[in-house]
Formats: sequence, structure tokens, C-alpha cells
Amino acid sequence: MSKPFLSVENLTQIYPDGQGGDLTVFEDATFGVEKGEFVVILGHSGCGKSTIMNILAGLAEPTSGVVKMDGFEVSGPSLDRGVVFQNYSLLPWLSTLKNVTFGVAARHPKWSKAQVVEHSKKFLAMVGLEGDVIHRKPSQLSGGMRQRVSIARAFANHPKLLLLDEPFGALDALTRGTIQDELLKIWGGTEQTVFMITHDIDEAILLADRILLMSNGPFARVAESVDITIPRPRSRSEIVEHPNYYAIRNHLVHFLGQRSKELSGKAEGSETHRPKRVHIDKTAPAADGPGDAPRRLRAVST
Amino acid sequence: MGRLSLNQRAALLSVILLVVGLLIWEAAIPAQKAVGELTEYERLTGGGTPKAGVPPPSQVIVKAWEELSNPFYDAGPNDKGIGIQIGYSLYRVLTGYFFAALLAIPLGFLIGMSPVAYKALNPFIQVLRPISPLAWMPLALFIIQDSEASAIFVIFICSIWPMLLNTAFGVAGVREDWVNVARTHELGHLRTAFTVILPAAAPTIVTGMRISIGIAWLVIVAAEMLVGGTGIGYYVWNEWNNLDLTSVIFSILMIGVVGMLLDAAFGSLQRAVAYVE
Repeated sequence: MSKPFLSVENLTQIYPDGQGGDLTVFEDATFGVEKGEFVVILGHSGCGKSTIMNILAGLAEPTSGVVKMDGFEVSGPSLDRGVVFQNYSLLPWLSTLKNVTFGVAARHPKWSKAQVVEHSKKFLAMVGLEGDVIHRKPSQLSGGMRQRVSIARAFANHPKLLLLDEPFGALDALTRGTIQDELLKIWGGTEQTVFMITHDIDEAILLADRILLMSNGPFARVAESVDITIPRPRSRSEIVEHPNYYAIRNHLVHFLGQRSKELSGKAEGSETHRPKRVHIDKTAPAADGPGDAPRRLRAVST
Repeated sequence: MGRLSLNQRAALLSVILLVVGLLIWEAAIPAQKAVGELTEYERLTGGGTPKAGVPPPSQVIVKAWEELSNPFYDAGPNDKGIGIQIGYSLYRVLTGYFFAALLAIPLGFLIGMSPVAYKALNPFIQVLRPISPLAWMPLALFIIQDSEASAIFVIFICSIWPMLLNTAFGVAGVREDWVNVARTHELGHLRTAFTVILPAAAPTIVTGMRISIGIAWLVIVAAEMLVGGTGIGYYVWNEWNNLDLTSVIFSILMIGVVGMLLDAAFGSLQRAVAYVE
């Protein structure tokens, strides 16, 4: 198998536990992300999802292990890896438009001011922000609008890898739905590779090509990689009708509810560090009868 | 009559307080001048003349009108217009303050960004900060050998601390997220400092600048009383030596007005850099 676009190899993070000992948050996290893929990582808090995200962004250093993108080792933050933070991280003294041009100007230092503004406005329009709104300060926007600005800023820079750190965590359920749709729309038009953290199962199924499941910390590991076998384009109201939806959802709920605990706390590595690949597809041309056919679950070692 | 707005009612009350205060002052003066037999000393110091007593507000207003209608006259070293005196004081305050800002803000940046620099410099700051700026005066006079420059030095030394500490505090308190935004956009150290940290810390820095200018204006009066020659502080002391209490009261008021204007200028600067999170 050829090297994936983004390759995370044996990532281990150990913090001092404050009593002279060490606390291994996660160890030997190994997985790959293909170009253009939308990968979501799911896991309970404390399993080190955010740490993995920060390492991918180059904002933190792992205790051991490497991250390679396009064959090059990641060290330090870069414009090639755009980040949408959970708390939006807009600069409050700049207007909405300036927050986006800030990023675009950093990406394209040779562009004229007009070019930068035009490009920024285009991406703001893609998330539904047009007219007077773009001259307001972030404090005058709702949480949903702020996160839209943050998404526009990230997409406008065309990073090779887009990192979303629980981008909808602070939003109410209705707003979250709207912005998920907008994210799908803006993502659909690009070949953007996305890596996202969430702990919302439905959100993960709606957005992802593949979901990585993490067991609980300490000694958390990326245990499974679940393919989302629901065709795109997806919409929130339609995917629940798809025969695979609840099969996948049940599998995820089961994992997070039970197996993530059973798998946690083990210091010894299993025979393989790669996550077990899970492919659930009830629409596959198999001889299963209609009705209560047991769901097909194949474990494929990759 | 319609109800007055809050501001209108406050303004009305201010005017009433002013008028009542001035009337009480005016009424209190003649009672004080219950002239009995003049002592030898009083005769020698001119104690019998009305000038020696606390003047009524009407006299102060007349004096103010005189002075303000010709603020820039210069009739020799002991008789200059109030505008010239205030001008000298402002020149000293702004010069000392400018150099203090030039040192304190970059140094505050360094201290705010580097925990090592903070810990290393903190003991010096803690010892130097509580020293009354005027305590530096003899040393400054001896080393600099120039009263003008010594006054400016005293302003410099008293302006440094609030700016230094507020800058350090503001810079250290910049949200990590904003710095991370700069880092993920590959901004260099200098651009991060100017486009992210400076605007983020600006409200705190300007608060420090505002406190500093207030202190500098307090200190210049005392410093000029010591070094003499020119300036509003010298003017107050000179008029006291002349026993011209009308001028003393007038200059006290002018010190207040100029201080208020300086503070208002920094207040508007503060509003300009403020942001809501």
C-alpha cells in the first residue's frame, strides 16, 4: 500500500502527571488520510483528540512519533495546514472582512489589496455572509456567524489539510445543522482534505468519509476506522433514511458506550498499531434477505 | 415641562453646586477680614491690604480673564504669561513621558513575552517603583548638572512604571488562541507582535499610558517648584512668594484643567483601541 497523503506514525504523548510520574495520554496512534478525504475522529474527552489535532497543526510536539504530509515531516505550524478552532479565534479588533483578509494576505503576500479583498469576499459569500455584515466586528455577530467567518478564513487559504477542532461544539443544535450544511456545500466544491474532531455522532456520519474511533485515555489508541458507506451528496434529512445509517450509528454508539472503555488503559500494544478497518454496507449486492438481516460487518486489516 | 434627560439633570445639578459653592466662598471672605490692630509683622508684610487674605471668587475670575486674554506675554524671568508657563511644563512632561514610553513599551513587551526576563527584572522593578520620583532629583541634578534636564528625568522615571507594568501584563495576557492564529498563518515574530499582540494588548497598554501621564502631570508641579525658573509649578511658588493668592488659586485651577485635558486625550485614545471580545 502506498503512503497516504497524510501519514501519522506511532504518535505518543506523555505528560508529567504532577506527582513525579508520567501520564500516557495516547500511544502509537497510527493512521493515514488520503487526499480529498474527510476524516472525523470521535472519542471521549481526555483521549487526546485535541492533542492530536494540535500536533497535526504543528502547535504542539508529540513525545514520540512523526506526522508526514506529502512525504515531508510536519514541524511547526504552516499555512498548508489551516485550522478552525472551537472558539472561532477571530481577532476581535478586526472586522469580519479584515479577519479573512488577514489570512489571505498572509497566504498571498504578493496579491494586491483589491485581489485580497475580492477573494475574501467570495469565500464569505460562500458561507452566506454578504453586505454590511462583513464590516461588523466579531462581537456583533452571533456564534454561528462567527464560526462561519472562521470557516471562510480557513477555506479561503486553500490549505492542503484543513483541521477542524470541534468547530460546532459551542453552537446550539439548530445553528449547528445549518452550518454543517454550509460546510458540506463549501467542501463539496473543493478537493479539500479535512481532518475534524467532534463528539457528535450524527455530525460525524453526515460529514465524514471515514470515522476514526479512539478508545478512552490514558493509553488511548486509534482503535477503529469506520467507513461511512452513504453516498454523497448527503443531507441531514435524507441520510437517516439510508439503510446503512442506523447500522453505522449503532456501531459507533456501541463503541463509544462500551468498547472504548474496555479497550482503554492497556499499556501493551496489540499485534498491529493500525486501526481495525470496519466496513458496514447493507446495500452491498449480497444475498441477504429483506427485513431483519444481520448487518454485514467485515473487519479488514489494512 | 417635559422630563429632563439624565445628562441634563446632572448638568443642572453641577451648575447649582458651582454657583452655591462660589456664593458661599464669596460670602465667607469679608468675615475673615475682621481687621483689628495690625501687628508689626503684618504691617511689614503688607498684611493690612486685601491682597494678603484669601481672595473672593470674583477676584479670581477677573484675574483669570486678565491672564487668559493675554496668555503669552513675556515681561522678564519673573513675569511670563500663564500660556508660556503651561507650555514649559507641557514640554517637560511630554519629553520625559515620550522617552519613558520609548523605553517602557518595548521593555514591557519583552517582559510580557519572556518569563525569564520577567523573573530577572522583577526585583529591580519592585525596588525602583515605590521610590518617590522627587527623591531622584538631587542625584539627577548632581549627575546631569542641568535643572531643566533633571526635571525631565524626574518625569521620565515616574512615567516608566505604570507603562512598563501594564504593557508586560497586557502582553502576557494575550489569548493563546490569537497567537496560535498568527502561528498557523506563518507570521514572523515582528508581524505577530505588530498585527496580533500589539492590538490585543493595546487597551491595557493605553491604560498604563493614561495612568503615567496623570502621574507625570502631578509630579511636574512639585519638580518645577524645586528647580524653578519656568513652568506652572514655579509659577505657583513664585506667586506664593509674591503673596498673590489670586494668582495661586487661578494657577491651581489651570493645573486641574490641563490635567483633565491630558487625561481626556488618553481617554479617547483608549476608546479608539478598545475592543469587545
